Parts: sequence; C-alpha cells; structure tokens
Amino acid sequence: MSGRAAGPLARARARAAWGLIAPMALVLLAVAAWPLGRTVWLGFTDASLAGGGDAAFVGWENYYAVFDGQAFGVLADPQWWRAVANTLVFTAASVSLETVLGVLVALVLHRRFPGRAWVRAAVLVPWAIPTVVSAKMWAWMLNDQVGVVNAALLGLGLIDAPLAWTADPLLSMIAVIGVDVWKTTPFMALLVLAALEMLPRDIYEAARVDGIHPVRVFFRVTLPLIAPALVVAVVFRTLDALRVFDLVYVLTANSPATMTMSVYARRELIDFQAAGTGSAAATLVVFIIALIAAMILTAARLRGREGAV
Amino acid sequence: MIAQALIARLGFALAVVLIVAVSIGPLGYALVTSLETGSALVSPGVWPEAPTLANYTAVFAEQPFARNILNSVLVAGGVVALSLSLAVTAAFALARVAFRGRGLLLGTILCVAMFPQVAVLSGMFLLIRSLGLYNSLAGLGLSYLMLTLPFTVWMLTTFLRQIPKELEEAAIMDGAGPLTVIGRVFLPLLWPALVSTGLLAFIVAWNEFLFALTFTLTAETRTVPVAIALISGASAFELPWGRIMAASVVVTLPMVALVLVFQRWIVSGLTAGAVKG
Repeated sequence: MSGRAAGPLARARARAAWGLIAPMALVLLAVAAWPLGRTVWLGFTDASLAGGGDAAFVGWENYYAVFDGQAFGVLADPQWWRAVANTLVFTAASVSLETVLGVLVALVLHRRFPGRAWVRAAVLVPWAIPTVVSAKMWAWMLNDQVGVVNAALLGLGLIDAPLAWTADPLLSMIAVIGVDVWKTTPFMALLVLAALEMLPRDIYEAARVDGIHPVRVFFRVTLPLIAPALVVAVVFRTLDALRVFDLVYVLTANSPATMTMSVYARRELIDFQAAGTGSAAATLVVFIIALIAAMILTAARLRGREGAV
Repeated sequence: MIAQALIARLGFALAVVLIVAVSIGPLGYALVTSLETGSALVSPGVWPEAPTLANYTAVFAEQPFARNILNSVLVAGGVVALSLSLAVTAAFALARVAFRGRGLLLGTILCVAMFPQVAVLSGMFLLIRSLGLYNSLAGLGLSYLMLTLPFTVWMLTTFLRQIPKELEEAAIMDGAGPLTVIGRVFLPLLWPALVSTGLLAFIVAWNEFLFALTFTLTAETRTVPVAIALISGASAFELPWGRIMAASVVVTLPMVALVLVFQRWIVSGLTAGAVKG
C-alpha cells in the first residue's frame, strides 16, 4: 500500500478502475436504482400500471389521507398493519428457530462419524429445492383431508380430528414458519459448521482433560468463538425473512392470517391494479427493512464496543 | 460407565438418523406421490402399490412444461453469463485497486443485494414495458440482473482479495494493462470462484418466483416455478397433486444432483460471501 495514494501511476490505476466498474455500475443503475426511484415516485401519484404515464402527483394521499372524516391510505389500512405484524412474527420465530436448530445440526456434523459426508450432503437437500416446490410439497403433506402429516398425527393418537394446516389462522402461520425453518436450517448449519471447523481442536482437548462438562464447554468456549459468524448469518437471514414472498404466497395465497408485507404490496399492485398504494406499500417495506437493519447494526456495534472495553 | 457411553452413542446415532430423515423425507414422499394416481394417491400406505409414470407424461402433455424448463434454463444461463462477465472486471477493480469511494460503492452493492424485490416491482414493470419486453424472457432476464449482479460482484471481490498481491505486481512491472492482468493472471486462479458464484447465481435465477409471476403472462413464457405454482385441476378444490409432485420431482432432482456434486464449492462460496463479508 505504501505510496499508492499519490503519483501518476496510482491516479492512472484509479481511472482504469472506474472504467472497469462502469459497465456493472450502469447496469445496476438501470435495473435497481431507476426502478426503485420510480417505485418511490409512483407512491406519491395516482398512477395505474394498466394506463399510460399520465399520473398526477397526490402527495401523501397513498400513505394517509382523510376524506369526509374517513381515513384512507396504506397507513390507515388495518390489513397493512396485520401484514407488518405477520412479517415480524414470522421473521422472529423462523430466524430464532433455525439458528438454534442450525447450531445443533452443525454440532452433530462437526463430530467425526462414519458416513458423515453423506449426512452432510443430505442436509443440503432442503436448501437445494426451489421454494415454490417445497411450498407445494408441504402443502400436499399438510393437506387437511389426505395429508400424510394429519394421517401420522391421527395414527399416533396425538389429535382426534384432522387439522386444517393451511386454512386455520394460527395453524397456517405455524405451517409457514415450519416450512421456512425446514428450508433454511441447512444454510445456518453450513455457516456454523464452517465457523466450527476453523476453531483449533486443542481447546477441546484441554477442556476434556480438565473434565469440564460438554454443555459448559459449548456455552463458555464454542459459542463466544463462533458468535461473529453467527451474527452475520442471523443478520443475513433476518433481512431475507423480512422480504419473504414465495413461500407464503404459494402455501397460503393471499390469506390475511399469513399475509406478509411483500404479499400485501404485490396484491395492491397487481391484483388490485393500484400502482399508487402498492408503490407506497413497497416503499414502506424498504423503509421498515432499512430501519431494522440499522437497529441490528447499531446494536452489534454497541455490543462490540462493550466487548472491547 | 459403559452403559452410559452406549446410551450417548445411541442418542447421537438417533440424532443423525432424525436429521437425515427430516432432510430428505419430504422429497422422498413427493417422489412416491408422483408415481401414484387415482385412489392410490389418497390411500395412507407409503409405498406405491402400482407405480406408474402417468403423472409424468400428463405434466408434459397437458401444458408446455418442456418449454417452461427450456425457458428457465435459458433465462438462468443467460443471466449467469452476463452477471459473471460484468462482475469479474468490476470485482477486480473493487478488490485490487485503492480508489476514492470504494467503500461506499461496496456498501451500496451489498445494500442492493439485500433489497426486498417487491420494492422495485412497479418501477421494473414500467421499465420492462417501456422497452417492449413485457411477457418475454429478455425482460425477465433483465429483472434478474438486479438479483444476481450485486451478489456476484460481492462474492468475486471477496475471492479476489485473497489472491497474493505479488502476482499482479509482477505482471504490472512487465507493463501489462488491467485487462491483460485480469485475463492472464486472475482468470486462471479464479475459475473455482467463478464456478461456485455462477452456480449460486444460477440457483437464484432458477428458483425466482415473484418477478417471473409478475412479468410473464402466457403459459409459453413461464418459467418452471410459476408453471408449478399455477398447475390447477378441474376445480380450485381438486388440485392434481400427482402431477404437481411429478413436475416438482422433474425440476428438483437435477438441482439436488447439481448441489450435491458441487457441494464443496457451493459451501465455500456461501461461507466466503457471508462469513468473510
């Protein structure tokens, strides 16, 4: 790095760098920045996607407006707030469950045993299955009339009557969370396993020689050491879960019991052809996710500072 | 003491069996279902009594499913090729050259990778329609660049940072320009990274559902996930589960095979993208 900042060679290199980046940057501007800007703008207009470009600016009306003492707009829609609550419940439940399960699976896979490579490969299978396919597969297994899950639970005597997994409000939320946990635990397990494999094995030797209980070793030694990798994985999964669409849409369609923010925004945009309110909702989705990301990052930074002191 | 050790080993073996069963059980059950028709479908027995391939022929006969598979392959393949070629030069500059605004640019790219897709849905719809690409594979591919490009750049940048500086400095000393350095020095070292990044991008594009559902209209331009999601029977309450499972198996088995064959590379790609990021 020494002496790179100044000098004509460094400047020529920097210019060449921008030349190399330009094609990628232009494409990203066209397919990400421009559509996002259009979405935010549409949120302030009365546009409809079917019509032409003759949209009028309406200010905050798509967000919140009062006509004749009645409130309109996304922020006045109880279904929107239901969707926000659903998304938060879904994210909190599925990310925490898959983190715990992912760590457990990773601990099992970290042990050496015959056939370990095969088990590791099997764990990857749910991750490799397209989301739409896993949603359909589980919809079939959770079918209230002929599904294998109800048949098994009835056979074991755990329930007296078939459960409506994808219709009942509470059960359908549980089903959506369960399928998501099934699908994304492999991702968590693999990331944790990679972190575990970077740990030196001799600490465990030392702990075993000292006769410390394995559970204690896990909480005192392993967990703090894999914590940085775990935090990154949790952040990734959280941001991913907050924008969930496919799974919910295919498993329970537009049911209000499981409708997430993304499903709500798409329904407004496409099913109701309301480009204005739909774009306003989409903008709010970005805003909420950015807010949560900022909160997580601030919390992580504060924790990091505490740890340093 | 011995009994205790035996119980511990048995418990561990049970945990392994449970993990494997939960992981591959649902796919196995889908496979069994796809081989059954009529009343066998709803009978509780797990093993098919009279296995038949009728569902598989029906999937291809009653809708343009072969065309849907071809669409998915074309779109995903094209998007991967385009993303990699755009990303490799940009990643080189981002990883190896110190310039003003590099951190900001990398941060922006990571933000785009974490973007909710629904945020660009209406803007993207207008963009695709104004280019006359609505209900076409090209339009779909264009929208997929938003999903694959940022993370391709991010992953290749991470990989490129790990290559020792001396290699490139020697080439620059010999008077090689940046494109020569990329082509002659980095590409030969980078191909494992290109394979794992390309595979992950392919999986993203192959599995994508929201854009494909919104930007295509006719059965002939649909990709596989949309085609499967929209398979319907005589009435809304009688879904042809045998056919849906047959279609699912057809598109999932190649994916599973791909992931298992390239397991090591995919895992290294995922961990490079996430842990070191």
